[in-house]
Order: sequence, then structure tokens, then C-alpha cells
Amino acid sequence: MADLTQSQVMPGHEGETRRDFLILTAAAIGGVGAAVSVWPLIDSLNPARDTLALSTTEVDLSPIQAGQRLTVVWRGKPIFIDHRTPEEIKMAQEVDASSLRDPQKDSERVKKPEWLVMIGVCTHLGCIPLGNKPGDDRGSFGGWFCPCHGSVYDTSGRIRQGPAPLNLVIPPYEFTSDTAIKIG
Amino acid sequence: MRRHVVALAAALVLAVGFAGQAWAEEEAPHPPHQKWSFNGVFGTYDRAALQRGFQVYKEVCAACHAVKHLYYRDLAELGYGEDSIKGIAAQVQVTDGPNDQGEMFQRPGRPSDPMARPFANDQAARAANNGALPPDLSLITKAREGGSDYIYALLTGFKDAPQGVKLNPNMYYNEYFAGHQIAMPPPLNADQVKYADGTPSTVQQMAHDAVTFLSWAAEPNLEQRHRIGFKVILFLLIATGVFYAGKRKIWSRIEH
Amino acid sequence: MAVPSHPAPSAGPRNRILRWIDYRLPFWAAVQHDFMEYPAPRNLNYWWNFGSLAGVILVIMIATGVVLAMHYQPNADLAFDSVERIMRDVNYGWLLRYIHANGASMFFLIVYIHLFRGLYYGSYKYPRELLWMLGVVILLPWGQMSYWAATVITNLFSAIPVVGNDIVTLLWGGFTVGNPTLNRFYSLHYLLPFVIVAVVMLHLLALHQHGSNNPLGIDRRGPQDAITFHPYYTIKDLFGLCVFLLIFAVFIFYMPNALGHPDNYIPANPMVTPNHIVPEWYFLPYYAILRSVPNKLLGVILMFSSVLILLLLPWLDTSRVRSARYRPIYRLVSWLLPIDAVILGYVGSQPPAGFIVTLGQLATIYYFFHFLILIPLLGKIERPLPLPLSIAEAVLGPRTRPAAAGEGE
Repeated sequence: MADLTQSQVMPGHEGETRRDFLILTAAAIGGVGAAVSVWPLIDSLNPARDTLALSTTEVDLSPIQAGQRLTVVWRGKPIFIDHRTPEEIKMAQEVDASSLRDPQKDSERVKKPEWLVMIGVCTHLGCIPLGNKPGDDRGSFGGWFCPCHGSVYDTSGRIRQGPAPLNLVIPPYEFTSDTAIKIG
Repeated sequence: MRRHVVALAAALVLAVGFAGQAWAEEEAPHPPHQKWSFNGVFGTYDRAALQRGFQVYKEVCAACHAVKHLYYRDLAELGYGEDSIKGIAAQVQVTDGPNDQGEMFQRPGRPSDPMARPFANDQAARAANNGALPPDLSLITKAREGGSDYIYALLTGFKDAPQGVKLNPNMYYNEYFAGHQIAMPPPLNADQVKYADGTPSTVQQMAHDAVTFLSWAAEPNLEQRHRIGFKVILFLLIATGVFYAGKRKIWSRIEH
Repeated sequence: MAVPSHPAPSAGPRNRILRWIDYRLPFWAAVQHDFMEYPAPRNLNYWWNFGSLAGVILVIMIATGVVLAMHYQPNADLAFDSVERIMRDVNYGWLLRYIHANGASMFFLIVYIHLFRGLYYGSYKYPRELLWMLGVVILLPWGQMSYWAATVITNLFSAIPVVGNDIVTLLWGGFTVGNPTLNRFYSLHYLLPFVIVAVVMLHLLALHQHGSNNPLGIDRRGPQDAITFHPYYTIKDLFGLCVFLLIFAVFIFYMPNALGHPDNYIPANPMVTPNHIVPEWYFLPYYAILRSVPNKLLGVILMFSSVLILLLLPWLDTSRVRSARYRPIYRLVSWLLPIDAVILGYVGSQPPAGFIVTLGQLATIYYFFHFLILIPLLGKIERPLPLPLSIAEAVLGPRTRPAAAGEGE
């Protein structure tokens, strides 16, 4: 018989179940080991500690006059800070939120009505809207205007015209004092 | 088979031996072994010693030596709270910029800044130290043969030059430094630093704490490494046993 | 588990999709033929684990290397700091770095043992000459080290008459080892492992032509001399892998810097030469050979020859018998080579002064004597022991079988 090894199987080896259990255990251990080993390779791609350390930005608001707007950087993105005038606040509050494409009341978007803090990235395809620098076109609602495809935002940063689907995003922030905020 | 295992083990031991032996310093004696809390398989860093060591670094060593790879936020590992760290960082002024006018400006340090350096660059450091360059201490315990034991021996090894040895100008005699002449003046004197926890600040104590701090600075992940290593090796021991049993079982089917 | 008789065509995957793929690209068929049912001698011992082990380490090195490369900066001003950043700030960066660094040592250790297995059991002999030569090509030291090692080694090329210095400038991309040098070495460092993978595949192709050698050094005569690779050698290789990983883990987690140099924790400084420039331990023997000759060019030639001479081994060894088990003199003499290598390694690690120099010269002379004189001579004058009739007989013992047809002798 030219079989490879059949003639050599030892008699008395009926421990099929035990052997399979052993093999199963070995396979399970191997699988767990492989999975655990892969995790550090993947996790090393997550933001490193030094990147995370830069994940908050503190801004001193005192030099910003009413009616002035400031751009700062947070996690690599522009942040629009608007010290709103009473007229701008009134305009924002008087809008009927339910008529908007992305319904949001002004009070849901600010912590103190005279300070508007938003991520300055158009929610359409990611351009940076105009309106934060003096002399910029602010669009017909007194807020911001995106030159790429014509989205127009109002004095609360809500989308009023153009292709953008959502209002300008509000980042997580808090007032550390009356004149300072910490973003992130 | 056993012979072969012995041969293999011998090769391994020799490889490690050579790798470690290659720079046998004939000139200076071997530093004596110290007891470090972080030595051994279950070693950890003594947090109190680390804080005292940081205090020694800040008040004594930082005048000349930088630790450029440490950030103020790393001090959280030592047990300092977020506000303490902010306070420590804010004590220094850091150059930042350019601002919108195109100028560089000074601002208080933040936790995300690297620890302040005493000199702007190597040339400035040399100019202030008679041409000698005080090395950065971030990795010093890994960058010297003898490691932590050597640094401790160095710090406590200053003495008067023995009979017949003439010191070059601006050099000091040290028992453990190669060539015995070192450009650094003895940095530690008794009671130089007032420890916040009241520990008496003898030279040995300050050296011990400073070296503990520097060892941590060179290997901040040591504890995590030991922890994970323990679990991994335990897992592998079990795996080896299971696979060995599996191998025997499978091979029992045939004659071999 | 019943072992199918040889060489029946495999049934193919049960899954319809897999069968669709297999009909067009015979992946599963190849796995069955070259891995699962692949016939291997039944008497392989643990020295045969080291080939697959080397393959596993190669995979580990490539995996950790690719991820590390996402954080490493191959710029002379940034490189050292980027490694420290990996060690301190990147999640598990310290683990990846220590695995990669210690893995290099493990790779060489495994490959040296694998090589010695070949020397001892005559695996380089007919018909496996090309298999052996491909293995040597995989081994060829591609110096990829620290700044000063790079300076020393690239300086070696200046030994070449006439064009030497121009070659060195070309290698450096400048007038000293500097940023251009680092960048190009790094580019090659990323490329070479994949070249090695390709050569490994050729190595395996050559291997599967005639199958593995075995401790007896005699050919397989029939099916009873072999067993299927799976499950016997798969489980044995996995067990060996566990043992290796244990040793590897002890280094990574508890002595990660034992095989390295404190000097490598000092940023490279073109103005200061460290006291003792030493390569990693696995290059120490070549370093010793290099330094044993006062003449620069000759030293370089001798150093490269020490590896290239391995290529000639199938022709230098005149013995008709493969395995050292049946060569009573060579069996002992063959151990002199690793002992000589260890001595050379020790010599390479020490400053070249005093008796070290003489020892190094003697050990170098012995190295070439071993290959060029001793091995050819032994083949001629040695009386080998009688070989067993077959692998099966040696393993199972002589059987008084009636002479029947199909016995498979």
C-alpha cells in the first residue's frame, strides 16, 4: 500500500474528542494572540500624545470689540469668533427656526448671545467662507458667504441660501472666565 | 537534541555578552550596583523619589542641562495635577510667533511645550561653560555604559585629585568618569535643595532621586512595558504548553 | 484524519465562490499542493523549524517597519527626535520600536542557525545548490546602521583602486555622510525587505522542486518516507514559534537594550567620533575579518569573500555523503566553524590592540582554511559510515516484510 502514513497509525488512540478539544484550544489561543498583536499596530496610527496635547486652544476675548470678528486655529481648522452687535443678535433671534433648512434656534448655538463661536468650514464641500475679515463679502444675511458654490450663512451661522445642507458647526467650548474661552 | 539546545543557549548568551561587553572601559572602575525601585521584573518608579528628583533637576541641573524630549505635560506621570503643571510651565517664558506683525514674541509656557532649555543652542552652551558642552539629560541613563548606576556613581564620585595627578584648567577629578577629569564641577552639596516632603537632602539622597528622575525621563514607559510583558509571557507560556501538547497528540498518530 | 493517498488531485474548496476563483486562479489548489499535502520527510528534527521561523520574523519586521515608517523622519536634523517621539508619544510606539530593533537581532540569529543546519546536514549539496545560493543572497549583509558605521563602511569603497573615491562620493551624495546619505539609505532600507521577500519565494520554489533534506541526508525513496506537511509540521512549526516568541518577548519587555549600544542614544555628531565604533553583534565576525588585514583593500575583499565563499560550498565539499551524522570526522570538525565565528565576534567587539589582533588573524585564517582546504580535503580522505537503506527504515526500524509488490521500496 503506497499510502503515506495510514499503515502507521497506532492502535488505541481513541481520544478523538480530547484531541479535537486540544486543537481547538490551540487554534483559539493562536487567534487571540494574533488579534491582540495586531492592535498595537493599528492603535499607533491614532493621534499620538503630542497631537492630543495640542487638542485644546484657549482664546482671550478681551481685545475683540463689538462688531469685530477673529479667526483662530483649533486642531488645524479655522474657528470664527464673532463679537456680535445688538443688531446682529436681534436679527439672529427673530428668525423662525422651523423655516430653516437646518432648524436651530440662535439660543441653541451660543452660550452668551454676544459671542458666536463656530468652525469656519462650509458644510457643503469644506471651503472656508468669507466674512471674518474686514472688507469681506458677508452675503445677503449679514453673516458669511462661501465663494466656492454660493452658500450664504446668517448672523447665527445658519445656512440660508445655497447648497450647504447644515449650519456652521459649533465646536465644544466653555468660558473659563468672562473674557476667555477654551475650545476643545 | 539536548546538546543542540545547549549549543543554542550558549550562542544566545554569548551574543548578549558580546553586545554588552564591547566597550569595557579599562580606565575607570565599574560603578557599584545600586538598588533602584525600577529594577527587576516587577520594578516600578517611586513617585515620591521622582518628584524629589525633578525638584533637584529644576533647581540644580537645569542651569546647564536641557531635557529637550520631556514636555511639561509629562509631569502628570509623576503625580502632579493639571493646575500644578500649568503653574510650573507658566513660570518660564517661551518664544512663539510670528504674530500678525511678523515678529516673534514671548509668552508663558504651557503644558504642551517642551521643557525650557538653559541655552538657545550648543554654541551658547559651550561659550558659557569653558568650551565644554553639558549634554542633554533626556536619555542619559540609556546613553552611558553602566546606565543609572554609572550616573549615580558619577554624581557621588567627585573627590580631591590624588597625589601626582595634575588637573587641567577648569577640570575636576571624578573617580568614575573615563580619564578621571570632568568639566562639570561637583553639582551636589549637602542641604542644597529643600525637599517639599521634608526628606533630608544629603548628597546621596539627591543623587539617588535625581537619577531616579533621569531614569524615568529616559524610559517613561517602563512600567507599562513590564506590565504588558508579564501578561504576554504568561500567555506565551500557556500557548507553548498547549501547542506542545497538541504537537504530541498529532504526532502520536504515526510512528516517529 | 485520513491522509489522502499520493498524488491524488485535491477535491477543491467546497464553497462555490472559492471554486469559481480557484478555476481561474488556482490559489486553493496551490495551498493544498504546496502546503497541506506537501510531502516532507518524516524524520525532520527541530533544526528544521528555523526556515519557517525566519519567514515569520520577516513578516513581523515588515509589519512593524511599515507602521514605524509612518512616524520616522529620514532627515538628518529630525531623525533622532522622531525616534524619541515614537518612543514617548506614539501609542505603543515603544513596543513597535523595540520589536523592530530586537527583531533584527533575532532575524540574524535564526538565519545563522538555519545556515548552520544546512552546513551540518549537507543541505547545500546536489540537487539543492541553487536553493543554497539563494539563501546566501538573502543573507548578504546590507549595512544599515548608525551614522559612524555608515561612514566607516562607505569609506571602504574608497579602497577600490582608481574609482574608489568617486564611488564613495556617489554613495554619500555629498562629501561626508549627511542628509542625502540618510535619505537614500532609508529608501533602500524600505525597498530591500520586499526584494528579500521575492528571493524568499524563489528560495521556496527551489525547495519544493526536490523537497527538504533530512537529518540522514539520504533521498526519499517512496511515500512511506514522507508525511504530509499539514498537520504534522504545521503544528510543530507553531510550537517552535511559541518557544521563539517567548524568548523574543523576554528581550522586548525586559531587556530591550541588551543587544544594542548606549552610543546609539546619543544624536549623531559629525565632529565627535565615539570611542569604540562597533557594529551590531551579528556583523561583528565580518568586522573582525575586515580589521585583521593591515591592507585596506585586502581587508574589504576578505570581508566580502567570507560571505561569498559560502556560494562555492556545494563545489568545495567533495564528500559523497550529505549528513554529518554519517561523517565521523566532519561531524566534529563542523562545530569548529561556529566556534571560530564566535571567536571572530569577540575579536570584533574589542578594540584592536594586543593579543586581540593576533587572535583575530588566526581566527580569520582558520575561517578560510576551513572552507578552502579542510572541507575539500575531508571529502577525499574521510571514511563515511554506512548509510541506512531508507528513511522509513531508519525511523521505524528494520521490518521483516515479505517481499511484496507495491511495498514502495
